[in-house]
Amino acid sequence: MKFNLKVWRQKNAKDQGKLVDYTIDNINADMSFLEMVDVLNDELVRKGEDPIAFDHDCREGICGMCSMYISGRAHGPQHAATTCQLYMRSFKDGDTIYVEPWRAKAFPVIKDLVTDRSAFDRIIAAGGFVSVNTGQAQDANALPVEKADAEKAMDAAACIGCGACVAACPNGAAMLFVSAKISQLALFPQGQPERNTRAINMVNQMDEEGFGNCTNIGACEAECPKEIKLTNIARMNRDYLAASLISE
Amino acid sequence: MTNSAIFKSSVGKKALMGVTGLFLITFLVIHCSINAMIFLNDGGETFKKWGSFMGTNPIIRTMEIVLVAGFLVHIVDGLLLWKQNRDARPVKYAMNSANANSTWYSRSMGLLGTLLLIFLVIHTAHFWIPNRMQQGLTHWHNEIDLYGKMLEVFQNPVIVAIYIFGCVSLFWHLLHGFKSAFQSLGLNHTKYNSAIGWAGTAFSIVVPAIFALMPVSIYLGWIK
Repeated sequence: MKFNLKVWRQKNAKDQGKLVDYTIDNINADMSFLEMVDVLNDELVRKGEDPIAFDHDCREGICGMCSMYISGRAHGPQHAATTCQLYMRSFKDGDTIYVEPWRAKAFPVIKDLVTDRSAFDRIIAAGGFVSVNTGQAQDANALPVEKADAEKAMDAAACIGCGACVAACPNGAAMLFVSAKISQLALFPQGQPERNTRAINMVNQMDEEGFGNCTNIGACEAECPKEIKLTNIARMNRDYLAASLISE
Repeated sequence: MTNSAIFKSSVGKKALMGVTGLFLITFLVIHCSINAMIFLNDGGETFKKWGSFMGTNPIIRTMEIVLVAGFLVHIVDGLLLWKQNRDARPVKYAMNSANANSTWYSRSMGLLGTLLLIFLVIHTAHFWIPNRMQQGLTHWHNEIDLYGKMLEVFQNPVIVAIYIFGCVSLFWHLLHGFKSAFQSLGLNHTKYNSAIGWAGTAFSIVVPAIFALMPVSIYLGWIK
């Protein structure tokens, strides 16, 4: 397969950056998108050019590193997939493909397609944890958790913190991520003691990082590779509003 | 945490949009119901009775101040959200397939709201402002003939077109806003979501349609 690529090249955080055209041929339809970029980089290195910088790690859809905005979609056109899970057979031979970094004030570009997503780490550090020692594994029935709650918590915990929600949101809002991280603890008994302060601290940190405000557009949910639900945002809204009204 | 901090936060600001939005929706119900009395085609008799009650009753007139405040908060908060959300993405995408993951009207609440604000200025300049000006602070019963004014204003096809355009904007704004308000307030529940969605869609169609029918009926001479 042959593709025309328009890839965002930016030397460093201060550089203006621009889209650069590349043509790539002899691509196997069963290659992943990242493998296609590997082939392109191989060609660039052989020509003595600077290869395209991009984040990647596990290449099996669980690390959340491969952030690429491909032809106007976070992680490309495939539903519930990361870039490494996107295969070239999803495109037509001869397609022109745009490849851009996540665009958000809170995710500044470091180089080419690599963005600094440490804002997410700081949100987690603000309260996305349980600060008591959990000790050894307890007796299975010592802390009863209803099946439905366990399922919802595990669904929220599937969030890999990739930032596709922020990238896809027209407002650059991070609420799907933050609400998943709040929900995975709010639904369990271990998360209850710090439930109020957690909601307040994580939302405040999210605002401080310069993410936008949710207007319930739903692009985040549609683009999330782990299919995190908007119900989590409603839960976060409830928790935050309740916590704000009762806090001293 | 102080209570003023809530409304500086992202979650607080959207909750405020939701509360004021739902409040304005209740206003639409009352406004629409009373104005729909013109469809009785009784020379505006019923409409005038209800209209002058709304314009002269001290409790309603006090609520009118709350209504104006509700509009102002909804508008200012909306503009604030629009600005912050625009700033959150300083560099735009060269290629963005937004229609693949969301509806155009959910992304255009700021634009639709601005169109409604322009309509609101035109609309209040036709009826509400001249009426309150004539009433002044003390002569509450000295109202203008609102029914006669409607018959007069809606003879102009351009104005009728502006009102229809305003109602269409209201339809799209409500189609997203009605159910969005519940989500912002955290009221998302599998048992009630479909009912909220259904009520929101029905409301968004019915109320703007009734409103749009008023200038059209008068222009076409169905109501005299």
